[in-house]
Amino acid sequence: MIIFNGVHKWFKSLHVLNDINLHVTQGEVLVVCGPSGSGKSTLIRTINQLEPINEGSLIVDGNNLSDKKTDINKLRAEIGFVFQQFNLYPHLSVINNITLAPIKIRKIPKAEAEKQAMALLERVGLAEKRDAYPLQLSGGQQQRVAIARGLAMKPRIMLFDEPTSALDPEMIGEVLAVMKDLALSGMTMVVVTHEMGFAREVSHRVVFMDYGVILEEATPEDFFMRPKHERAQQFLRQLLTPMQAGCP
Amino acid sequence: MEPFLNFSVITDNFTYFMIGRFPHGPLGGVGLTLYLAFVSCILSFFGGLILGLLSITRFPLVRYPALAFINLVRGMPLLMVIFWMYFLLPALFGKVAENNTVIMALTLFTSAYMSRIVIAGIEGIPKGQTEAALSTGLKSWQVMLYVVLPQGLRNMIPSFVNQFVSLIKDTSLAFIVGVSELTHVATQINNRTMAFPTEIFIFIAIVYFILCFAFTTLSRWLEQRLSWSKAI
Repeated sequence: MIIFNGVHKWFKSLHVLNDINLHVTQGEVLVVCGPSGSGKSTLIRTINQLEPINEGSLIVDGNNLSDKKTDINKLRAEIGFVFQQFNLYPHLSVINNITLAPIKIRKIPKAEAEKQAMALLERVGLAEKRDAYPLQLSGGQQQRVAIARGLAMKPRIMLFDEPTSALDPEMIGEVLAVMKDLALSGMTMVVVTHEMGFAREVSHRVVFMDYGVILEEATPEDFFMRPKHERAQQFLRQLLTPMQAGCP
Repeated sequence: MEPFLNFSVITDNFTYFMIGRFPHGPLGGVGLTLYLAFVSCILSFFGGLILGLLSITRFPLVRYPALAFINLVRGMPLLMVIFWMYFLLPALFGKVAENNTVIMALTLFTSAYMSRIVIAGIEGIPKGQTEAALSTGLKSWQVMLYVVLPQGLRNMIPSFVNQFVSLIKDTSLAFIVGVSELTHVATQINNRTMAFPTEIFIFIAIVYFILCFAFTTLSRWLEQRLSWSKAI
């Protein structure tokens, strides 16, 4: 489904992705974690070419992204993307946030698009908010709408870039529940997250990155119980017991 | 003894100050001032929008001429643009009404400034909005049309009103080519009556001030009214 082959990327002189080789299969839920600045956000953003790669090849759903003939807009329509900052359109109501792309790109009639959008809102538990505006919603609700927006194009892949990092703690659960439900439905997902509970419970594979390099790739059990790389061990210690990790 | 200031010259000519010889002759005075400002404002809104969009496209062949035009116009005095249009347009198209040469000059001039407002308004929309819209598969022109511009234009409205206020003041330069807006009407009456320049120019100063102050107030009101947190 997604194949990274020797992918490199630089921001000026900063080597943000260094020889990435990764294969995500259909229906797989992959969690990418690592300290901030490790390149994990850049990695996920290359998949729908919000960040172009400089070297190597990246094949998504059979399309080589470096190929000039690849219609990137068409491919993006098949990939849902959920942002840390939600990025809902503040000037549109919830329902119009969701139906914009299906109506404009898939040319679905408005009534039909709204029917599908309502089904999605039902699924994320926000049917009663159809006419609300994004800024009237809590962070957790906004993120659930953003997931519904991503799903509205019936994507084959869903990408999540730290979907819960901007949320208050009590709202994280509602978003993770929606994501878990999605994972169980068989969606191919790549999730950048620090939510280790989600990684352990839902994901099929965990990738640990630092300095733009994939340092470890393992099943959740192995990664959490027997992390091999020293940086991963350190990272997990910090994450699980932040107070103690600071003072050895 | 004569009173120090004699405003009877104003009251006697009040209609002429306000609307010129309208409805029996052409519109003049305050009416024409507002007409010139209003029409130029509408036209330069579209001019500014188009120039602004052209100057941020990824096609250098379009972008650089647009930027060159904007910078050229911004580096010229308005009075000179008015003269240019006044002599150039008739040479190109035969007879053109003076009002229209002035509207054309004001439009060209203000479009260049409006385009800067448009660019700033577009750049003020967070990058995440564009990224989110692109991620759903929208093409870049659709992202601009459905996501960025609706938000950007709303943020631009107060600046547009400010530009309109500038336009009201700028129309006074049209008196130089004999267009009978408020300043021209004032000089006419002054030349005819000879004795009351102080009264006349105090009066039109007040009129300009009232017009501009009213619209500045409107702009401030809009600014508060349209901020996202309150509007929603």
